[in-house]
Parts: sequence; C-alpha cells; structure tokens
Amino acid sequence: MFDLDRWNEIFITISRNKIRSILTAFGVFWGIFMLVALLGGGNGLGSLITGQMSDIASNSCVMWSSRTSEAYKGFRKGRWWQINNRDIEIIKAKVKGLDEISPLITPWTPTSDNAVRGDRKGTFSVQGTYANFNKIDKHTMQYGRYLNDLDVMDERKVCIIGQRVYEALFNRGEDPIGKDIRVDGVYYKVIGVGRGSDNLNFSGDKDEMITVPFTIMQKLYNYGDNVDNVFALAKPGVAVSEMQEEMEAILKNNHSIAPHDRQAINSFNIENMLKQVTGLILGVNVLAFIVGMGTLLAGIIGVSNIMMVTVRERTQEIGIRRALGAKPSTIMTQIMSESFTLTAIAGFLGISFAVLILQLVDVGLAAGSEGTAVFQISFFTAVVAGLIIIILGTLAGLGPAFRAMKIKPIEALSEE
Amino acid sequence: MPTIIKLKNINKTYYSGAPLHVLKGIDLEIDRGELVSIMGASGSGKSTLLNILGILDNYDTGEYHLNDVLIKNLSETRAAYFRNKLIGFIFQSFNLISFKNAMENVALPLYYQKTGRKTRNKMALEYLDRLGLKEWAYHMPNELSGGQKQRVAIARALISKPQIILADEPTGALDSKTSAEVLDVLKKVNATGMTMIIVTHESGIANQTNKIIRLKDGVIEKIEDNSEHSFSHFDIQNIK
Repeated sequence: MFDLDRWNEIFITISRNKIRSILTAFGVFWGIFMLVALLGGGNGLGSLITGQMSDIASNSCVMWSSRTSEAYKGFRKGRWWQINNRDIEIIKAKVKGLDEISPLITPWTPTSDNAVRGDRKGTFSVQGTYANFNKIDKHTMQYGRYLNDLDVMDERKVCIIGQRVYEALFNRGEDPIGKDIRVDGVYYKVIGVGRGSDNLNFSGDKDEMITVPFTIMQKLYNYGDNVDNVFALAKPGVAVSEMQEEMEAILKNNHSIAPHDRQAINSFNIENMLKQVTGLILGVNVLAFIVGMGTLLAGIIGVSNIMMVTVRERTQEIGIRRALGAKPSTIMTQIMSESFTLTAIAGFLGISFAVLILQLVDVGLAAGSEGTAVFQISFFTAVVAGLIIIILGTLAGLGPAFRAMKIKPIEALSEE
Repeated sequence: MPTIIKLKNINKTYYSGAPLHVLKGIDLEIDRGELVSIMGASGSGKSTLLNILGILDNYDTGEYHLNDVLIKNLSETRAAYFRNKLIGFIFQSFNLISFKNAMENVALPLYYQKTGRKTRNKMALEYLDRLGLKEWAYHMPNELSGGQKQRVAIARALISKPQIILADEPTGALDSKTSAEVLDVLKKVNATGMTMIIVTHESGIANQTNKIIRLKDGVIEKIEDNSEHSFSHFDIQNIK
C-alpha cells in the first residue's frame, strides 16, 4: 500500500541534512555511473574491433611463401619458393576439414594511372581470385554480381570494381554494368560494383580494388602457375589450426621444405586472432565490471555508514517513537526505506546519466562515420544495473536498521 | 472503583557490573481514576518502577497486571502495542520530535495505530484545542514555550485514549507558574476519570495528588492517603 506519510517522513529525514545526503548519494551515483559507462565502453570497444573484421570469415586462414630457414633434401637454406596451382589442387583433394580454398594474386604496387576509361583514369590495386573468395573475405555488392566459377574457368575478362574506382571512372549515377575499362593495358567488362564494410584487409581496401578472375590474371601478369596467397575456409566445427597444419604439411612435402621449418610458410589464422580479440574484449569487460562494482560498493558502503550515523543521531527520536507504540519492524522499515530511497534515486540518476553519455558517444561516432560501434548498454544490462542498485540499497540499510531496531526506549529516553 | 494496576512482589535487578537490586518486592494496587504520585530520592527505584509500569522495561520476578492483562515477558512488538493502546507518556524533557509540528507530534500515536491521515490530524487539532493550543498547531516545537511543549506532550499522551497516564517529572523543566498550569491540566484530565501516575521529587506537586507512594531503597516505605491535600511543602509529617 502506498503510504504517503512514510514517504513524507523519508523525504523529510533525507532533506534534513541536505549536503550530507547529496554527498552520500553522489558516491552511489558515481559508482553506478562508472559501472554502466565502463560496461558500455567495453561493449563499444568490442563492437569497434569486431566491426573492423566483419567481412572476413572467422574460421579462415591465409598463407604465403617465404624463404626457407633449413637445408633439406639437398637444397640450401634461404631458398625462395612459390605456392602454385598444383598445391591448391592437392590441398583441395587431401585436406578433409577444408570447405573452400582460393588462391589470390595481387601485384604489390599498381603502376600509376593503371585504370583508364575514356579520359578518366586512376591508380588502383588489382587482384585475381576464385569466385569462392567472396565466402572468405566478403565484398558487399552494390551493383551487379561477384565473380562466378564460369568467369574463372573460361578466363573471362570481367571485373568487379570498388566504389571509389566507380567514382573515378564513371559519372555519377551512370550504370557501370557491361561497360569496359582498361586496366594495365587490358580491357575488362565491369560486372559489379562492391565495397568493403570493414577496415581489415589482406589485399588492400576493397573500395579501391579491381577484382578479376584468377586464371586470366595469372596469365596476363606472367605469374606462370605461381600464386601469391592461399585463402582457406574450414568446414563448420573444424579447428582452423588443424586444417592449417595439414595444409602446411602438404606444401612442405610438395616443395621439399624441412618439416620443422618454421619460417618457410607465413600464415595468419583468423580464428586464433578472433579468439584473442574476444579474450581481450572479455578481459576489458571483466575489468570494467570489477572497477565499476568496486566504485559502486564504495558508494553503497558510504550510504550504510551515513545511515549508521543517522541512526545514532536519531536514537532519542527513535526511542520516543518506540515509547509511543512504534513496533521494531516499523522502525526497521523506516530506516531501510530511507537507505533504499537515497540509493535508488542516486542510482537511477547515475544509470540515466551514463546512458546519456553513451548515447552521445554513439551519436558522435555515427556523425563522424567512424564505423557503427555500439557503445550503448542493452536494455537488459540497464535492468540488471537497476536490480543491483535496488538490492544493494536495501542491503545498505540492513545494518543500520538492525541497530535502530535494537534501540530500547528507556536507553534512548535517558540519553539527553 | 475497579483496580487497574496490580503489582505483586515485583523484583528487578540490574546486572551491569555489580548486581544492583533496584526493586525489592513491590506490591501495589492502583484503582481506575486515581491520581497518584510516586516520590523517592534518586536511587530509590522510582524511575525503574515507572519504566516497568510503562512497559518500557522488564521485571525479573512477580506479576504485573495492567487492565487485567498480565504484562510479562512480552515481545517488543507486543509491548509496543500495549504502550500504544494502554499508556500515555509525559516526560520531563517533553520528548517532542523536533522536525514535526505540534499537530503531527500529537497525531503520532494514531499513526502507529494506522489511523488515516485526515482523521488523525483532525483529532490532533481537537486535542490541541482542548489544551488551548489551537493557534500553535502548525508551529514547530522549538517555537513553543516550555509550558506549551508540555501541553502538546499531554495532548499526545491523551490522543490514543489510554487507560493510564504516566508522567515522569512533568514539571521538572518548568518554572513554578507554568508548573502550576500544567499540573492544573493534569488534574483536569484526571477529573475526566483518567488514571494518572506522577513521578516527582517535589513535595508541592505530590501534595496535589490524592495518594502518595513513598519509595525508599527499592521498597515501598509507605502509602499516604492525601485526599485532604494536607501534605506540607516542608514535609512536616515526616519530620514528626
């Protein structure tokens, strides 16, 4: 039942010592603010990092060749070698956990103004891949389509251009599909425009990239049957590191590299990296929780402490009330409600303030188009924070309330 | 007149440090509507007796019947209930709650009876009016004189329509003129049939009561009938 008198009384006692109440409440306010803000910050940091990697399949890896570091089978150490088409076929046939495999060719630096259309031109990277490369490092298509297997098999001179390539070579609003562009002296038909949605790339920024079928590129750029990188996607449930080991064994066997040569093959395991990142995010969140909870607890202890002092100060008043017929439980609820009210008001203000700040960060980020990280806490987190406040506020009042309950009217009345 | 307070061989010992036997077998009966004073030197046990009568303290052995209810080993909650229902307290230092105005102070016992706000404030105003304090109803205790404060306290003691009023040195903090006024009020209240027990060490106050209980070293020395109010300020009877 809503008891106006009780609330009136709570309000009076809280406002009787305004500065003290405000300072005490500030402890709780700051505590919950820190907790929520830090959790939101951890959230945001996490989504910022994972947002950077949203295009890349999490269960994938990439390999490229490097100089050998051990002499083996009559070869001296420090030898250069290259991954080739045969390796790709053998890996595809032998590695069971492998889902998709795609070679990649990407010449290191493009020549100046290598892409031309009419009187428009620009300098852009070129890469050659299989159609399934899109499953590993995804293009977000804006017009047209991505490469398909026939493009690769038939060595078609077609290309996907990045958004900035489109802007450089086409008029605004012009339909690029089916138009020809000249790249490094060869004409390709544009079949699609795509862009990347993150900043982590193996082969460069997709926005400034021209993607062509692997087969035609290998020929036109005089690669022989060499390959720059191999991208592999593991089947669901298969550990990438296992698949990677098998692939490396095959490569070493094919190219007479010592089995324990650690430097001959460079590789990058996205799964492991993601694990580290998730571990990092978890660590940040745990830290945020510990620091936030610590601050909050300090605030709550402050409330409990002040309530103790209040009870001491009010011993006589409580004694009078008891003599006039207040039950111990009435006194107890009174003290607990005071502690609860003080904590709840401060706590909910703190949560609201933290949410406001996080929202400002979100809005600021969106305006700066620095990605779409979400710093805001979820509604669920807010509810939990509210529950924590309610529980802690009640607990804070428990000690003082018990002390108040133990006050005997005679002792209180004789204390003058 | 039926008996309202019946004490049978009440003993009370305090055990803080050396055991102190404060009340050594008190037997006492007080009838409904009596105006009684309890006198005694400090240390005679009169405060302890008052605390036991007011259910503010427990006794060790014996029996205390208040309004035919045995008051013994009550839980705090039960004791609070009886205090609220049966007893009105008046203290030497008034014991008003400083941050509540006169009306709210008077209404407080009704709050603990869960009486609605409007009803209890209306009743509080009525009682304040009876004690001539209507204009002061919305004043805080620190804006009232000593006599006014004590009258507010009397109104507070009366509002729950108790069976007995216990007054502990009700005029102890007042000058002689206001003392007389307050005592007048108490006597008027008694005249309406309210049992009243006043603890005092002033003979002048005791002389206005109809029965004087003298306490000495934890026993009742004597109970004097004082219906003639012949008791001298100078305690002549005792000197003889």
